[in-house]
Amino acid sequence: MSDMLSAAFITVFITTVIAQAMPLMLASVGETIGEQAGVLNLGIEGVMLVGAYAGFVVTLSTGNFWIGMLAGVVGGVVANLAMLVLNVWLGLNQIVIGLAITLIGEGITSVLYLQNYTKSPASLGQAPKLAIPGLGDIPVVGPAIFQQSGIFWVALLIALVLAFALARTNWGLSTRSAGQKPSSLDAAGGSVMRTRSIAVLLGGGLAGLGGAYLSLITTATFSPLLTNGLGFIAIVITMLSRGRIIIVMITSLIYGLAVAIGPALQVIGFTIPADLIKMLPFLIVIVMLILFARSSVVPPALGSAYTRGAR
Amino acid sequence: MTTTATSEVISLRDITKAFPGVIANDHVSLDIVSGQVHCLLGENGAGKSTLISILAGMQQPDSGTVAFDGKVVDITSPKVAVDYGIGVVHQHSTLVPAFTVLENLMLGESSMLQNTKRAEQRLGELADLLGVEIDPHALASDLGLGQQQQVEIAKAMWKGSRLLVLDEPTSMLTPQAIEHLGESIARVKAQGLAVVLITHKLREAYAMGDCVTILRGGRNVGHIGVEQLAAYSEAEAQDAILAAMFGDDLAAVGDEASDLAGAAEATREVRAIDFDDRPVRLELRDVSSRGLGRDIEADGVTLTVHEGEILGIAGIDGHGQGALSEVVAGQRPVASGTVFFDGEDITKSGVRSRQQLGVRYVTDDRLHEGTVGSMSVALNLVIKRIGQRPFWKSGRIQPKAVDTEADRLIQEYGIRTPSPETRAGTLSGGNIQKILLARELTNGAKLVVVNKPTYGLDLKTVHLVREILIDFAARGGSVLLLSTDLDELIELSHRIEVISRGSLVGGVVNDGVGTAEKVGHYMTGAIEGTD
Repeated sequence: MSDMLSAAFITVFITTVIAQAMPLMLASVGETIGEQAGVLNLGIEGVMLVGAYAGFVVTLSTGNFWIGMLAGVVGGVVANLAMLVLNVWLGLNQIVIGLAITLIGEGITSVLYLQNYTKSPASLGQAPKLAIPGLGDIPVVGPAIFQQSGIFWVALLIALVLAFALARTNWGLSTRSAGQKPSSLDAAGGSVMRTRSIAVLLGGGLAGLGGAYLSLITTATFSPLLTNGLGFIAIVITMLSRGRIIIVMITSLIYGLAVAIGPALQVIGFTIPADLIKMLPFLIVIVMLILFARSSVVPPALGSAYTRGAR
Repeated sequence: MTTTATSEVISLRDITKAFPGVIANDHVSLDIVSGQVHCLLGENGAGKSTLISILAGMQQPDSGTVAFDGKVVDITSPKVAVDYGIGVVHQHSTLVPAFTVLENLMLGESSMLQNTKRAEQRLGELADLLGVEIDPHALASDLGLGQQQQVEIAKAMWKGSRLLVLDEPTSMLTPQAIEHLGESIARVKAQGLAVVLITHKLREAYAMGDCVTILRGGRNVGHIGVEQLAAYSEAEAQDAILAAMFGDDLAAVGDEASDLAGAAEATREVRAIDFDDRPVRLELRDVSSRGLGRDIEADGVTLTVHEGEILGIAGIDGHGQGALSEVVAGQRPVASGTVFFDGEDITKSGVRSRQQLGVRYVTDDRLHEGTVGSMSVALNLVIKRIGQRPFWKSGRIQPKAVDTEADRLIQEYGIRTPSPETRAGTLSGGNIQKILLARELTNGAKLVVVNKPTYGLDLKTVHLVREILIDFAARGGSVLLLSTDLDELIELSHRIEVISRGSLVGGVVNDGVGTAEKVGHYMTGAIEGTD
């Protein structure tokens, strides 16, 4: 058993953790920005699927993963336009719109995929790697972390920049105030509409990017309902992280661990039923909820549309 | 936006603004001169707040103009107002509780990166100007109300104002904090800014204002200019203002008009009742509450209310008043301690059994918790007796019995409603409050907990509500009165306890002049002691 814990095994393990954590992290960061601005997006599951499908189709036809990721972002933004127009501009119920987006996203991507790709299921192959000179040569960790695709680094950078921006810039302050007390932002001369619009589009773009990461890098293919509840896990993680993106990143990593540990145990030689292994990530989410749900704090104005002058 | 040496005039001309069903402002014209404090007086609903919303860019007038020194400007949004140097301190706090002072002040800046250093410097300047000290890194929710208001004033002047508008700034302050506010306003005025002070208290208008404009029913019904106000004695000014404020109603309101308008410092007519001889109705022994942690909980509260006694609980809004009243009403679980009612331990009994014992609760959230807006007035009046005879028989509602009871209560409490079938939500705040009081005080009430009973009501209803409570106590009922309005507490209560962060920090027997200062002392002491 001990020889199973070879360097190659650990490398694969770490790679799997990261591959599973990244889509969730991107989507959760997007959801965090939306929720901090007061918009709860239950449509994130559908938005991720649209992003994943758009990324898959574009990468397949262009052969370029970067263009594919961009397509994922565009797909996510377009899918979230429904939330923007119906909720932020027209003030309709966020929960209804969110569920509708999820259902529509699931439906459209499944139909399109089954119509176009079932006869010849397509796989994308591997995204080009970006080996970082020096660090990439470190044994075990080198190939696992420092020979990732360049997309990984860009995604990580986006999350870190947004973490800083949300906490320390005037944009972040406006965004958070739109979720805390929109009337204050309005009275201070800011625009609740504009702030929430930006947050919703950014959230959609990030969820789409997360979806594209899932289809392009994590699974290297698309299949109907590929996200399999990942969007809802992102909502849970967002609420538990209290708007702090760094915590979102850490919790996503824990989720990645939970997904990766099952197959790893099997490889080592534990015989665990496959069903249990599939349940593990969800069990961990449930345990996290039981332990921390009481301390989850959502912005006071979350879920309510803002009308000037209404009390 | 710096002020000029010569005084500038901001003139409002023929401002008209109508909402469905009411004309909030009806051809209002007035001039605001820099370096002067212009007081705007009037009852709730007189159109003061609408006028301010128009100045602040929150509302657009249907017709009329605003001009700076004759140059007409169009204030289309709050941002435009800020750019013109109009700073407004709204009646309801616009601070974000979860933000620090500095974050609150920087909110609305358009540059990408925050310039914390410059902001701290600006706060320093403004704090010097106002003569106050503000910790830039304290959370807004940790500040006392007086300090929060200082931050709001600093925020209103952040971009260098030409006009500072204060909407009912004193309504929730202690006497000491009001004094500080007066000093700050004097300093702002000395800087050459125009100040508009909205109040419904005459003595403040006289003490702080240079000139006074009175609004009634959306119209400008009286103006006392600078020279005139200076020439008047306090009594003369009062008479002039009262005549304008109440118009033809003055005779009807009579001697109480000046009381209502806060002309003098509130005092209680001393009624020598020794409550130690009376039986104890409600007793809390070291009671702490346990809620969801969203607001401040009651923490080790010990108090007694005797038969026929009104016990006032003073304190800044949100300091555990909600938790305390819900603990007594049975809506919030007790974490530790004991609640006695008529000597009986009721700590573990629920809302309904307490109601049947005679414990009643008039919530401060009269629109949501207190009434069901979409249901009829009649049903709202019996809603706490669901399933009980004679209104329900074997599960079926008895419309006749309900209507009879509703008619009786509508008569007795003077609820102005087109019919008992009218939806409660369509009535005015005052009438909704009367529904609540009628429902709670009927059918064997022995103790009533009232939380901010007159908040946001017009003067006549305020007066009526207070009379109802005094009557109830005179007939042997006990009242636990939680309020943020110090004048109200002094007018009604036999004793006043001060609550701060969920604990009672001191009590005063309300036996004459000076109570306000004593209570204010406990309130400020409690705040400063914990900061």
